[in-house]
Amino acid sequence: LWWAHSPPARLPRPHPTAAGSCPVGPCGRRAYAPPAERKRFYQNVSISQGEGGFEINLDHRKLKTPQAKLFTVPSEALAIAVATEWDSQKDTIKFYTMHLTTLCNTALDNPTQRNKTQLIRAAVKFLETDTVCYRVEEPPALAELQKNEWDPVIAWAEKRYNVTIGSSTSILGPNIPASTKETFVSHLASYNMWALQGIEFVITQLKSLILSMSLIDRHITVEKAVLLSRLEEEYQIRRWGNVEWAHDYDLCELRARTAAGTLFVHLCSESSTVKHKLLQD
Amino acid sequence: MAALGAPLRTLRALLRELRHAAGRSYRDSPAYRHVLAAFRADRVTSEKLCRAQEELHFQAATYLCLLRSVREHEALHREYHGRGERSPQEVAGLVGFRLPQQPGGKG
Repeated sequence: LWWAHSPPARLPRPHPTAAGSCPVGPCGRRAYAPPAERKRFYQNVSISQGEGGFEINLDHRKLKTPQAKLFTVPSEALAIAVATEWDSQKDTIKFYTMHLTTLCNTALDNPTQRNKTQLIRAAVKFLETDTVCYRVEEPPALAELQKNEWDPVIAWAEKRYNVTIGSSTSILGPNIPASTKETFVSHLASYNMWALQGIEFVITQLKSLILSMSLIDRHITVEKAVLLSRLEEEYQIRRWGNVEWAHDYDLCELRARTAAGTLFVHLCSESSTVKHKLLQD
Repeated sequence: MAALGAPLRTLRALLRELRHAAGRSYRDSPAYRHVLAAFRADRVTSEKLCRAQEELHFQAATYLCLLRSVREHEALHREYHGRGERSPQEVAGLVGFRLPQQPGGKG
């Protein structure tokens, strides 16, 4: 119960029903892996506003992160969405479906202990192996499809950020000029730490910096971004057939994670102000 | 910008997803009320090309995608991957064998 109870102990204790997953382990397991499923132990989920931001209450207990910190989020809409995730669990809590909660936990705990510069560097590094820049030469139908679908996105990014990116069919990938990387570094620096965690997550899911920026700038929808990321798979599916338990499963999971990441970034970086204009008679 | 379609359609689909997620008292859930309030607040704007409207619509569409994909993913998981491992008896039965009965326990 390390996320719901507030003992003074600092090390998260392994939950008794968790089948063999120890958080800190000489047994060599992953150090930051919560149990996959557990029974729902609360009736009501509600939100309250504390000093650091918005908190989630499961019955009377306050939600905590896996590292036993108090779960606080800066945005009310994000808190509501997280509360909805917890409330929509039926008999068992399926953590693998609670993407927003996971993202918030990552932002709060920072288990990889990276600072802003390191996160940005990791994100921009993806540009060297960006999916939309890697082209095939064979089969020609796929090469054509890549050209038709991916060229417009690259063109948009080049225009929007005033950079040169290009694409390549060589195994080494495109040659990204340093000025392009610097532009993206300074652009990403304008986001706060939470939003950056989200951006880096989306990039890792889509395997493309360009698609992620295009999504975050609201140039394309989540469904379109996922489609473009999986372009070759979609081509092969259309050619050889769809396998529901693999293809659709992966598609839904990728869509869910990407949507969660995008929503997370937008909710963490927005500041909505309502200006009331006086009616002029 | 992103091809999103009509905001009303997105709103209706989103509310339907929230209904699936919440269960009985979906109308009192904070998410339902927040979404409705946000859309209502956005209607009272005098600008024709309201950037906040477009932002809200995009967020709503993204949240809709999230809820829908999570539901579909869970359904696929239940159908194809939810059964767990077979017991030793079942595995033996696959090839027509039966496990030996040892009433006194092993050795």
